[in-house]
Parts: sequence; C-alpha cells; structure tokens
Amino acid sequence: MDRIAYTPTPSRQLFRITLPLFLLFSLVPSLSRSASAQDIFGEANKAPADRTRVAVADFKPAAGSVDALRKTFDATLFNDLQNAGIFDMVSKSIAPPVTPGTPAEMNLGQWSPAPVSAAMVAFGSLGVTGGKLAVNGYLDDVKNAQFPQVLARQYSEDASEDSARQIAHRFADEIISRLGGGVSGIAETKIYFVHAAGGTKEIWEMDYDGANQHPVTKLGQISLSPRVSPDNTRLAFTSLGPDGFRVKMYSLLLGRMVNFQGAGTSSISPAWAPNGKDIAYSASGNGDFDIWISDVNGSLGRKVTNFKGPDMSPVFNPRTGGQLAWISGRTGLPQLYTMEADGSGVSRLTDTGYVSAPSWSPNGQFLAFGWNRKYGPGAPGGQDIYIMEIASKKWLQLTHDGGQCDFPSWSPDGRHIVYANSPDGRVEHMRIWTMLADGTDRRALTGPGNDMPNWSWK
Amino acid sequence: MNELSKSKSLNTSFSHSYRRLLLAASCAVIALTTGCHKKDSGIPPQSLGPTTTEAVVVPPPTATITADPLAIDLGATVVLNWRTTNAGVVTIDGIGQVPINGTQTVSPSNSTNFHLVAKGDGGTVEANVRVTVRVPVTEAPGGTTIGPSSTRGKISDAEFQAGVKDMFFDYDSFELRADAQTIAAQSAAFLVQHPDIRILVGGYADERGSAEYNLALGENRANAAKNGLVQAGVAPARIRVISYGKEKQFCTQSTEACWQENRRAQFTIDR
Repeated sequence: MDRIAYTPTPSRQLFRITLPLFLLFSLVPSLSRSASAQDIFGEANKAPADRTRVAVADFKPAAGSVDALRKTFDATLFNDLQNAGIFDMVSKSIAPPVTPGTPAEMNLGQWSPAPVSAAMVAFGSLGVTGGKLAVNGYLDDVKNAQFPQVLARQYSEDASEDSARQIAHRFADEIISRLGGGVSGIAETKIYFVHAAGGTKEIWEMDYDGANQHPVTKLGQISLSPRVSPDNTRLAFTSLGPDGFRVKMYSLLLGRMVNFQGAGTSSISPAWAPNGKDIAYSASGNGDFDIWISDVNGSLGRKVTNFKGPDMSPVFNPRTGGQLAWISGRTGLPQLYTMEADGSGVSRLTDTGYVSAPSWSPNGQFLAFGWNRKYGPGAPGGQDIYIMEIASKKWLQLTHDGGQCDFPSWSPDGRHIVYANSPDGRVEHMRIWTMLADGTDRRALTGPGNDMPNWSWK
Repeated sequence: MNELSKSKSLNTSFSHSYRRLLLAASCAVIALTTGCHKKDSGIPPQSLGPTTTEAVVVPPPTATITADPLAIDLGATVVLNWRTTNAGVVTIDGIGQVPINGTQTVSPSNSTNFHLVAKGDGGTVEANVRVTVRVPVTEAPGGTTIGPSSTRGKISDAEFQAGVKDMFFDYDSFELRADAQTIAAQSAAFLVQHPDIRILVGGYADERGSAEYNLALGENRANAAKNGLVQAGVAPARIRVISYGKEKQFCTQSTEACWQENRRAQFTIDR
C-alpha cells in the first residue's frame, strides 16, 4: 500500500520524464510499415509532465455527524482524486491534522510549506440533520491568498453509506473537471461485468472503484458480454436460452428484460453506437457469424460483413459512430479489423497471433484489445492488453507477465482501462482490474469469478 | 521491445523501492517530530471496494474429478476419483451426495458426463469428467431398425447415442476430420432409418481463447456437423444447432486430452 502514503521523490520525477521516452522508443511496427516518430502517442499518455499537487483535509463533523459516514466520505473523496491519475496527492499522513469546516476556518499557511506543498486543498463539513446527509465542500487555491476559492458545493441526500460515497464521487468529479482541463471525472461512472457463481453467470454492476458490487440480471443462465447504452438506460448482453445464445436487452430504468429481436438464430457480442439508436452485434443464421446492425429493438437489421469465417465482437468508433472495429477469423486465427459502418473500407490491423475484445477509445484515436502475439498449441507467451493507434497501426503493450488479460474497456475520460485478468489462465480465477491508459497504476477491483468488464459511457 | 519493457519494469521497481526507502526515511523524520500519529487514520479499509472483497474472502472450494479409463466398451467399468478442498457438501449427478474425497466404480450404459458440485463457505465449484462408452456399432443398422420400437420413433437415449456419436475437431478448426466423416455417414444411416427423430447439435470449444470467439467457433462446428449429416441424406429441417462455446466444459483440465474432449459436436434428441 505504498500508494497511499505517496510523497514526491526524485525518482518519481525521473519516472515521469522517462515515461514518454519509453513510449516513443518502444513502438514496434506490427505491419511492414516504416516506423516514424510517434509524437501522437505522446498525447496518448494522459499524464501531464507536472501534476497538480492536491491535499484533502478530513471533513469537519457538523451537527449530528455520523463517524462511519464521515470516514467513508473522506476515504472515497481521497481515493477518487488519487484514482483520477492526474493529481499528485498529498498523503494524509503528512497533511496538517486540522479539519477546517468553512472557508473562514481555512488557514492556507498550513498547507503551502513543504512537505505538504499543496497547490490546491479540498475541505468542508459533513453532518446529518433530519435523516439527511448534508455536505459542504470547498476547493481552495493555496497560492491565491486573496481570492482562494475555486469551488464551493452543497449536497444533501438521504443519509446512508451509499449516499456518502456518491456525494464524495460527485464532489471529486467537480474537482477533477475543474482542474483536469475540463474533462469530466469518472467517479460517478459504473462498470458492468459478468459474475460467475454456482454454474450460472449473471450481469453485475459496481461503482468505478469496485465498491457496491451487486447483480443486475437474475436469469439463472449463462449471460455474457454486457454493454451499457450511452445514456445508461439499457444494458445489452448475450444470454443462453433454449435456442442457444442470443442478444438480450435489460432496461435499467424498468428493472426488467425488454424486447430485442435480433437477426439470425443465434446472436452474440452486442455494441452500442454513440447515438444510442443503433446496435451492432454478431448473428448467425446458417452457422457462420456475421456483423449486423439493428435498431435498439433488434429490428431493421442489416448485414455488414459477408465472408466465410466467424466475425464477432464489434465496437463502434464512439467519437464518430461511423466506423466499426471487430474480430474476424476469416484468415484463420482471430484478427483485428476496422471498416466503415456500411461495410466498406475493410482494413486489417493485426497480422499475427490471437486477438480478442476490441474497445475503442472515447477520442476515436486508439483501440484497446486482448492479444496473444505468439498464440498456438504449445507456443510460449501470454495474452496481454495492447493499445493501437489506428491511423499508424503502431501498438503498445500495456500488461506484462501477469497471466491472461482480456476484455479491456476504456473509461469515458480516456485515461483509464478496465480489464479482466487470470494469473493462471483459468476462467474461474478471472478478476477485474483497472489501470491508467499507459499501463501504470494497476489495481484489482474484484475478487475471482468476475469477467468481461464494460465501463459506462458517462 | 523486450529490452525496453524490461528496463521499464526495472525502472519501476527501482523507483518503487527507492520511494519506499525515502518514505520510510521521511516517516522516521516525522516520527521524531510528530510521532507519525496519522498512520492509522489514512483510509478505513471498509470503504475501499477492492480491498473489501479481498479482506473477507473465504477460500473458495476446489474440486477435481478424474475417470480411468476415459473410454470403455459397453459393460466395462470405470473408476471415478475425486478430490476437493474447502468443500462442505459434495454431490455427483446420478450418484448423489458423496464424501469430499473418494473413489467409486461405475458402469455407465452410455456416454456420460459425471458432474461434480462442491459447495463450501467460499462458494460453489463444479468439475466434470466425460466417460465415453463404445457401444457395438453393428447392432445399429441391422437389429434396431426393424424393431417395432424404432419405427414408432420411441428411441431411447442409449439407442440414439449408440447410433449417433460425437464428432471431434482439431484445434481452432471446424472442418470435419476423416473420423468425423465416418461418424457422419454412420449417424446419417441411423437417422434416415428413424425419420421421426429431430436432432439437436451442440457445438463446443476448449477453454483456450476468448469466450466470444469460441461461441462463433462452436456455432461453426455444430453447423459443420449438421452439414455432414445433410450431405449424407438427413433432411436439414430435422436438425437444430446450438453453440455453447467454452461455456459448458465437460472436461476441466488443461491437457490436450481434455481439450480434445471439449472440441466436439454432440448430438441429442431434440424433444
């Protein structure tokens, strides 16, 4: 747990500077394209050269404060800012042991000297009155003695452990959005995943930090490949029924299954278009899976691939909605392809190994995917998470020597990737992990038996 | 790439250990002045999702089951051998509750999947072993077809299994091998003589590779098996295909023998 008690050290500074260099030199062309300097990949590394140093004071107990809720709030707020990956957080162990509850009680002089050296400090108060959890949160610019206030927010929710966490997430997202160049934070986002237990697989949901894990579906079946709609109202997934696997639809608003017809006798691996109106998926009518696009009810389907060999795992370009990436076994082992959404302009991005589960970055620039570059019977090498810049087909390996990694999914801010990992390759040992999009700062979010994560769009 | 990635990880581990060293040093300095008193007020573990799941975890049960031999002639016996850990209740389908570790001799009359479920405080795990029973083929075309029971379409599962056998596939392939072609011809002969039966073909894949790709591969295998029967004279309308991908593993060990058991098209009566 050395990441909690973080202090800026020379070695950290060094690492920050060497990381872009590493990115630059480690790019090996996967196809026989001449490699050029990849300054674009420098931008993929979302870590700025100099991170803002942020301190968080423990919140002051106000009237009727409940200790447990306050501790949850304090921990969640700190973790959210830490997890954002764009701040240099002041460890709570070196922060001044004060709890300013209002701007009047804030003494910025305590927060500017070394070793705290904070540029920004978040603070406030938390109390419970009439069953409502009331939180006042502030963010001050330590260097601006005259007009320090950057943010002031009030929250009031029914008092519960969950609302303490959710308010902390909201306040954290305000801070992240304000200090992170206007990119919205992800502390309020959800991750959907497959939870295996007792011979069935259900779709579950959790907060982005792994808290609040709970089931969504209770079908008592094998359900796979959850994909939440861009507006968080529907969940498309694949489920085994009497006629085999089919794409199914669950309404998160109604809390029940809704109709999805879909093409073919069997359909798998749904994916939402960013407009929330089209769904791409893989369907088979005659034994061979092809990519189809339908509306949200599974009607008006049109087939966009037509080639012998399986085609599956489509994903829309979330920025334009005009392109699809998908996996095809048309030349043998599954490889990564892109095309226009009408089926034209097919381009193959990988030429070796075994590729799975592409996820398109929110800015449209990158694909993340699982790749076993030396796949084959008896071949050495593991399956790892890679990202590829689509324009140049240059790729970068994000995980190393950690066993089987699969099903990457980008966070909506494009700074994080959630994925599944099994140290020994056994399905029952799969857990869900998160990392920054440059492969650093890996953390497990779940225990074993959890697979196929999908990060919500907002 | 390897060189660079190695140097990166070296760099990381170096910076980690260096950081830890510095941290210890700075903590020691603070300890001198302030007593390092904030140490336990950092973050309560209960509010950290990830560590919560790790902290309260009860070791999940494990289970393995083996059969020796894996394939027998009708009437011969097989020794089942199972081992579990962290399990409270262990059951095997068709046998019932059994000791948590044990052996048993069985003599199945047709190919059987012995399905073991081990339940413990840490969860439930399953293990499977499939025993293939070789029923003499000569009976199928001659004896049973003229019998009154078969013309009524009242075929027992055992008779069906004897007449229509599993087809096995090569790694990442859905081409019918020579042995599968032979099975297709024999099975088609049986099915043509029993026109009342509808057939369900299940396509299966081994545990390797992605779940979504294996669903497609299973579909291709089931369909290849169907086409094999159709080309040998079975009406396509009688045959339904379902892919189970790698979601229904009969054999759960990471061995080539086990993977081969799983890479198959399996036929059942579609009732």
